[in-house]
Amino acid sequence: MLETGRKVLFKGNEAIAQAAVNAGCMCYFGYPITPQSEIGEYMSAKLPEMGRTFIPAESELASISMLIGAGTTGTKAMTSSSSCGIALMQEGLSAMVCAEVPGVIVSVMRGGPGLGNIAPAQGDYFQAVKGGGNGDYKVIVLAPSTVQESVDLTYRAFYLALKYRNPVILLADGILGQMMEPVEFKKYPYEDVDTSSWALSGAKNREPRFLVSLHMLDGEMEAITRRLFKKYDEIAKNETTYEEYMTEDADIVITAFGTVARVAKAAVKRARQNGIKAGLFRPVTLFPFPDKALHETAKRAKIVLDVEMNMGQMLLDVRSAVFGAAPVEFFGKPGGALITFEDIYDAIMKADKEIAQGGRV
Amino acid sequence: MDRSIIISGFGGQGVLFAGSLLCHAAVIEGLHTTWIPSYGAEMRGGAANCSVHISDDEVSSPIVNMSDVVFALNLLSEQKFEHRVKPGGLFLINTSLVKIEPQRDDIEYLNIPLNDIASEKNHPAFINVMAVGAYVQKTGILKLESLKLALEELTTEKRRHLLPYNIASLDYGAEFVKNSMKV
Repeated sequence: MLETGRKVLFKGNEAIAQAAVNAGCMCYFGYPITPQSEIGEYMSAKLPEMGRTFIPAESELASISMLIGAGTTGTKAMTSSSSCGIALMQEGLSAMVCAEVPGVIVSVMRGGPGLGNIAPAQGDYFQAVKGGGNGDYKVIVLAPSTVQESVDLTYRAFYLALKYRNPVILLADGILGQMMEPVEFKKYPYEDVDTSSWALSGAKNREPRFLVSLHMLDGEMEAITRRLFKKYDEIAKNETTYEEYMTEDADIVITAFGTVARVAKAAVKRARQNGIKAGLFRPVTLFPFPDKALHETAKRAKIVLDVEMNMGQMLLDVRSAVFGAAPVEFFGKPGGALITFEDIYDAIMKADKEIAQGGRV
Repeated sequence: MDRSIIISGFGGQGVLFAGSLLCHAAVIEGLHTTWIPSYGAEMRGGAANCSVHISDDEVSSPIVNMSDVVFALNLLSEQKFEHRVKPGGLFLINTSLVKIEPQRDDIEYLNIPLNDIASEKNHPAFINVMAVGAYVQKTGILKLESLKLALEELTTEKRRHLLPYNIASLDYGAEFVKNSMKV
């Protein structure tokens, strides 16, 4: 356990790993891949000396399967990977949701598609939020934008996974993983979740239990899916989180998540200094997406400008949330190309010009 | 105050460590800071750099495009980053390895023959830490004392014997700037 009581300098990946340790993560399974290999490296040093389990898996498919195994017993467990590695885990994720098995998956995005490159990117929004696995399912997706928030949301990921018996993805990008920033480790703030009613703990003195993702009886799969979706409504009601920065009177509302949102904040500050009414709306939970709040904010805006390190993925959720309340513009760069302060500032200036010319027809 | 700093050189020159040293000292002084390495296929002899922010306010954008300050510890870095120094910014050049004429008149150049100074000493001296010492002496952005504390924090048991040389290296960089300002 590490409680610092003050800010210490930590690399993002290592901070996530230490936060998992603090949260009570008993098992880590992983296969190395840049830009998140430090997570496994850190766990390999910490967990065994605490009497916990570290397994260097032979593949990502093995990692997610081991995570399912640990999750069925109600044990706090985690795996981590990046883009093409997370792609290999999709079958397991879908199975976890169906069998209601908790688990934390850290996804530190790099450039894609394919093996892509190792540069920071946000091209796996769809992969995390819309899912690459089969069937009607949702995964809770948390998107930190600072190293401190990576720690706080790792804590929350473990809590939510057990509370809702659902996998939770912590979705970061290569910058957040590789970046060092001062961070304070506080005590894990959540209560313990009682797993005794469902966890596979050995059937001595009770009826055997089954956690399965195959439901062949007539109408069974429909009923289960409907129940899962009631759970998602509950999650949306309780857990939707976002940050708004200077959106009160903003004509131009930027929507961005993760690292890009920080860069956007800098651009908003500069725009404000130059008399342009810009603001930032940053979803912290990507599922549940803060659609109602964004819609209300968009109603006051003249343009919503979505910025992402991809070709426009969250854009679809932004458009659906804004739903005609304001025109939605997009700026993005794919394939691991970085979005700079200058890029976003220029995009704001362009939006400002459009507003001055009476907006897009 | 918000300074962006890029430190660039060969893999093996200690550019990532130099950046992390600045960040640790910034934390000691209660400032906000971020550090991002270039984390491509870096290796000894290849190109490496890191981007640092030191600020008295929350660092919004950790990504540095145009930088207030650039350290170029080798020729490749000089060529790659000269145009990415902000107008009015500072370009620290290791003139032991960079033998070309400056191209710009809207930035300040701080020329230091880091390798030459190091080889004049009769004990190990580290050019990355010397560069940090020179920069801090030049700008006063951080206290030399904080950097020494940071060096102590960052030195593992295994490398403890190198700590005095690291601290001396910090002083060599600072002294070079002090002496050149006298002239």
